[in-house]
Amino acid sequence: MTPKTKFELKTGPATREAFGRALVELGRENKDIVVCDADLSKSTMTVYFQKEFPERFFSFGIAEADMVATGAGLALAGKIPFVSSFSAFVMNKGFEQLRCCVAYPHVNVKVVGTHSGISIGPDGPSQMSIEEISLACSLAGFVVLSPADEASTKALVRQAAAYKGPVFIRCGRVNAPIIYGSDQAFEIGKAVQVMEGSDVTIVATGLLVAQSMIAAEMLDAEGISARVLDFHTVKPLDRAALKKAAAETGALVVAEEHLVDGGLGVRVAQAVAEMHPCPMEFVGIQNTYAESGQPDELLDKYGLVARDVKAAVHNVLARKR
Amino acid sequence: MRMPKSLSELQALAKQVRREIIEMTGAAKTGHPGGSLSAVEILVELYFDYMHIDPKNPTWADRDRFILSKGHAAPVLYAVMAEAGYTPKDQLNTLRKLGSIYQGHPDMRFIPSLEASTGSLGEGLSLVLGMGLAARLDQRPSRYYVLLGDGEIQEGQIWESAMAAAFHKVDNIVAIVDYNGIQLDGFVKDIMEVAPLAEKWRAFGWHTVEIDGHDIPSIRRALEEAEATKFRPTCIVAHTIKGKGVSFMENNPKFHGTAPNAEEVKLALQELQ
Repeated sequence: MTPKTKFELKTGPATREAFGRALVELGRENKDIVVCDADLSKSTMTVYFQKEFPERFFSFGIAEADMVATGAGLALAGKIPFVSSFSAFVMNKGFEQLRCCVAYPHVNVKVVGTHSGISIGPDGPSQMSIEEISLACSLAGFVVLSPADEASTKALVRQAAAYKGPVFIRCGRVNAPIIYGSDQAFEIGKAVQVMEGSDVTIVATGLLVAQSMIAAEMLDAEGISARVLDFHTVKPLDRAALKKAAAETGALVVAEEHLVDGGLGVRVAQAVAEMHPCPMEFVGIQNTYAESGQPDELLDKYGLVARDVKAAVHNVLARKR
Repeated sequence: MRMPKSLSELQALAKQVRREIIEMTGAAKTGHPGGSLSAVEILVELYFDYMHIDPKNPTWADRDRFILSKGHAAPVLYAVMAEAGYTPKDQLNTLRKLGSIYQGHPDMRFIPSLEASTGSLGEGLSLVLGMGLAARLDQRPSRYYVLLGDGEIQEGQIWESAMAAAFHKVDNIVAIVDYNGIQLDGFVKDIMEVAPLAEKWRAFGWHTVEIDGHDIPSIRRALEEAEATKFRPTCIVAHTIKGKGVSFMENNPKFHGTAPNAEEVKLALQELQ
C-alpha cells in the first residue's frame, strides 16, 4: 500500500534530459546502440551520445522520413537504433516510414519524441505534439511509453533497449516534477500506483501525474480519497490495474497532456467498457491547437493543471451511484 | 559465396524467369508484369552471378543483400528467389492468394529470407543506407543493392536518402534505377518528368553509371565499377523496356498493373520459348 503522504512538488530534470543521459549509459554498455537525429540533437539531448560515440551517431539533416527508414535499415542489420526528433516531426513526417518500415515488419527501432505536448511553450502549435499517443498507438505491435519524471524515463529507456521490437517514448521539454526515488522499479506495461485511494481513481501520464497527485492532496482535504495511477505505458495497457481501479473505486478520471481524441483516455475507456463499466471523465486538450506562452500559462489556460483534475473528479463523483 | 554462371546460362535463366512472371501473374489475374519483366536481367545477374549469398543459409551475417524498393515488381523477385532455392518453385502460382507466401508485395512475415518488406514507394534506399552504415561499423565486407523504379524516385524521401548516403560517404550500397519510362498512369515524362536522371544523381554526390539494363555483361561491369568506387555510393541508371520480352507488353503502360489474360499468357509463353 502506498501511504498518502504530503506530495511536495520538487522539480527535476526534463524527461528529454534523462533520455539523453540514459542513452550515454546504454552506449557504454552495448556497442550495438546507435543514434539517429534530424538536426535537433541539442534539443533532444542525443548530443551527449554524439559527443561520446561520434561514430555511432548519424546525422540526417532535416529529413525525418529518411531518418526513420534508415533506422529500420540499421535495425535490420542488427543495430539497436534510437531515432529521435521532436515528437511533432518524427511522428508526423516519419509516420508512413514508421508504419511500413518499422511497425509492419516489426523492426527493432526505438523512436523517441521529445518536446511533446503544449508545455514546450513559446514555439507554438507547429512544434507542439498533441496527437502522437494516438498515432503511436495506431501502429500495430508498437510499445508506447510516456514517462513522468527523470527516474521513470531512465528506467524505461533501458527497458526499451532491452525489449526486442518497436517502441515509442514520449518525452517533454520542461523540467519535470520528481515523482520517484531512484529505487523505484518499473516494468513496461505495468502501471505504478503513486497514491492510494478508494473513492475515485485518477489515471494519469506524463506531466499530468504530478498534477493529479496535487489534485489528490486537495481532494483529501475535502474528505475524498483519490487513487492515482501513473500509466507510463500507454500500450500495452495495464488492464489489470484498470479493472481493479474500476471495481474498487467505481469512478475514473484520465488526465493527459494530449488531445482527448485518441489519447490515453479513449484507450482506458475502451478497456473499462469491456471489463467493468463505470463513470469516467477526461482531462486533456479539447479539439483545438494551443498557442505561444510560458509552459505553466499554457497548461493553466488549456485545462491541464491540478484544478482541472480536481473538477473532473467532482464531476465523475456526481455521476457515481 | 557466389554462384557464377556463364552468360548463356544467365540468359536462359532470364527467359525462364520471364515465363514464371507471365504464368504467376496470369494465374493470379492480378499483379504488375511490366515492371517485373523490365528488371529480369538485373536480378538474374545479382542473384546468379554477382552477389555473395547462400540460399541455404539466408541469415549468413556477411551476405550481400538485395532490396526491391519497387515492391510491386514482386513477381520477378519471387521467380528469382525460387530459382535460387530460397523458396518453393511449385507455389509461385499461388501469388497474391490468401495464405500464399508470395504476397502482393514482398512481406518478410511470409518469406523470412527477404531482406525487407516493401511496397510503399520511396523507402528502400533508406533501408540499404541503414544496412550500409551498420556494415561499416561492423567492418563487414557485405554490399547492399536496391532496385528503384523511375516513377518511384518522384518520392521526396529518395532524395533525402540520396543526400544522406553521399554525405555519409557510404560506398557499400548501390542504387539501380529501372529506367523503363512508364508508371501506373502512363509515361513518366507525362506524369512527372525525372530526367535528366544521371545528372540528378551526380549532383547529389553519387558515382553514376548508365547502362543497357538488359545487357548482362554491362550490368556485371557496372556492378564491378560500383565496387571499385570508394567513399561514395554508386547509382546505376539502367535503361530498360517495360514489359521486355513480350512484344505486346513492351512499352505498353497497360501492363504496368494489369495481369495478362489467358489468351495473352498463351501468346506470351509462345514468344518466350
